[in-house]
Amino acid sequence: MKKTGAQLLCEGLIHHGGTKIFGIPGGAILPLYGTLSQYPELEHILVRHEQGASHAADGFSRATGKPGICFATSGPGATNLITGMATAMMDSSPMIAITGQVSRPGIGKDSFQEIDITGASLPVTKHNYLVMNASEIPQVVKEAFYIATTGRPGPVLIDIPRDVFMEEVEFDSSYWKEEIEILGYNPPKFANNTQVDKAVKLIEKSNRPVILAGHGVIISHAYDELLKLAESVQIPVVTTLLGISSFPENHVLSLSFPGMHGVAWASLALDQADLVIAIGSRFDDRITGDTSRFATKSKKIHIDIDPAEINKNIEVDVPLIGNVKDVLNQLLPKLKPKTHIDWINHIDKLKSDHPSLKIKKTDDLIGQYVVKSLSDETKGQSVIVTGVGQHQMWAAQHYMYCSQNSWISSGGLGTMGFEVPAALGAKVGCPDKMVWSIAGDGGFQMTLSELATIVENNIKVKFALLNNNHLGMITQWQEMFFDEDYYANAYTANPDFVKLANAYGMKALSVDNNEDVRPAIREANAHDGPFLIDFKIKKEENVFPMIPSGQSVNELVEESIDGN
Amino acid sequence: MVTSNTGSRTVIALVQNRAGVLARICGLFRRQGFNIASLAVGRSEQKGLSRMTFVVEGPEEVVRLVAAKLDRLIEVVKVEDISDKEHVYREMVLIKLNADNEKRGEILQLANIFNVKTVDVGVDQMTIETTGDSKDIESLLELLEPYGVIEVMRTGRVAVLKSLE
Repeated sequence: MKKTGAQLLCEGLIHHGGTKIFGIPGGAILPLYGTLSQYPELEHILVRHEQGASHAADGFSRATGKPGICFATSGPGATNLITGMATAMMDSSPMIAITGQVSRPGIGKDSFQEIDITGASLPVTKHNYLVMNASEIPQVVKEAFYIATTGRPGPVLIDIPRDVFMEEVEFDSSYWKEEIEILGYNPPKFANNTQVDKAVKLIEKSNRPVILAGHGVIISHAYDELLKLAESVQIPVVTTLLGISSFPENHVLSLSFPGMHGVAWASLALDQADLVIAIGSRFDDRITGDTSRFATKSKKIHIDIDPAEINKNIEVDVPLIGNVKDVLNQLLPKLKPKTHIDWINHIDKLKSDHPSLKIKKTDDLIGQYVVKSLSDETKGQSVIVTGVGQHQMWAAQHYMYCSQNSWISSGGLGTMGFEVPAALGAKVGCPDKMVWSIAGDGGFQMTLSELATIVENNIKVKFALLNNNHLGMITQWQEMFFDEDYYANAYTANPDFVKLANAYGMKALSVDNNEDVRPAIREANAHDGPFLIDFKIKKEENVFPMIPSGQSVNELVEESIDGN
Repeated sequence: MVTSNTGSRTVIALVQNRAGVLARICGLFRRQGFNIASLAVGRSEQKGLSRMTFVVEGPEEVVRLVAAKLDRLIEVVKVEDISDKEHVYREMVLIKLNADNEKRGEILQLANIFNVKTVDVGVDQMTIETTGDSKDIESLLELLEPYGVIEVMRTGRVAVLKSLE
């Protein structure tokens, strides 16, 4: 049967379950948009900026585990996806980006809205394709989904010239059922058995083990396996920033997260451990600080699906290369139950000696208190989406994540502006879950045009805007590391965010004191629609604990709150 | 990361023979600020696959990291840093030089020692070719210098692991 390139693409998306699309049309991709109405299974959400489309697709994929899809036209449409693809790439989030390209005869002629997007996106995609014939589309789509979702997931871009969308080719639909194989691409599943046995020995010998659980646990859905490992051998669990919500934080073995703004006891436990079991984590510099002084007293086991991560940042003793869930299932039957009473008692003492999460009593409205109140009011069951900065760290510290995969944040790239469109995408992916976006006034203003998308589609996201009229983390760094030489850190003409939300047709409240925090959160939760609360928080407030960049746990700075 | 052994490393990659593969690979070297000292690409014994030999200058650990990242590329089937393994390698060079009737004989005599072939002869110029390791080629060029070398065209290094003895 004859099909156009655009039809083949639509069928490919449907076949692979990629039916929620975030995008904006433009000249080069219009033939694809002209085909969408033939496929009612496909739901297209019209965003306001292509960066929003890419973050929404990313938020969707993180919330669901299925690849998010975004569409953009050639030229500026395509380049606007770059930040979103880079964000997804750094955090191993699967995504399929479809871009229109100028027609084949126009390529290389500096045609209107022409950009070499496969060239420009090389470092920010797991793989990309320029499709020069409609007949290639089915195979490319199949490969793209396979590559995006297997091994270490990531974004895949497919660039399709305008005339290729319109080109008609013969196609047999039975092709969709064929298995796919890509020469040289064989994501590992199980780890080498000899290495597994070595890991077992290290675990048996260890007296002070710590698990460092990363995003890989969430990506491979290894929640139960992680829980079993921690409980059967009684190993305390610290999570990386993106590993938050891989392990229930109300569990007695949970130590929250370590690192630059992690809790002191988690950083100290890693430092004092005699065995670190890193699971689906890449020893990011925000965790390790100075790598030569990171967890020096410990042997290290590193479970990761990406061989390129082994010994990249930290030399390890036993690498277990494979899919986290499968490797843990290799490991678990070989481990005997064990206890580490002295070690766990010692960590309990660290916790009481270093009360990192104790919130000071003050009449001022502070971000920590807002997050803690949100945590209590939602019983730790909401999906939390954040941007990057102080609000992100308070959200990571003071919300008690009790529900699996409930933390969505730009960890690797640190993309401000992620919080609005990613929350939109997460809510589209999980309409039955509560989704709160905890935002700062800096990042929020980078992508707030997507409020229109949220209202237009009645996407019931709630926003907790921690508004201090400052780039808070910049202010903190200028105070601590640049002799209080403040520059370009204040937003002195912020809009009235309540009026702004109202202007978009969104309900909103402003809160400037402690008493009104919880009632406002309750009102937002009770409202059947999107809602924004503008929390006017105190501006001189820093995030602690802090291990300054490139330092070690020895330089950990804690806030003294006893005097308050 | 401890850096040591900064020197040239030879990396061999078996890759799918498709548009854009070289750009992907070179991008990973570029990101680390590596200069590619030499590069040779050609079809391999397997249909649809090419083999590339890279010589790059950089610390061993970083080259190992880049090699691991190369392996991550979808179109790279296999990659290996063979620097520390027994291997043989060759480069080829075409040299165009001044050679009137008088000097041509001398040049050809020299040439014999270096296993050189004459590929083109003109009125007062000639072009010769040879293969060898980098040192052979450097010494030949040094010897020919006095005759007036007009143009030198060198290929990248091609390398293969030694067979078991």
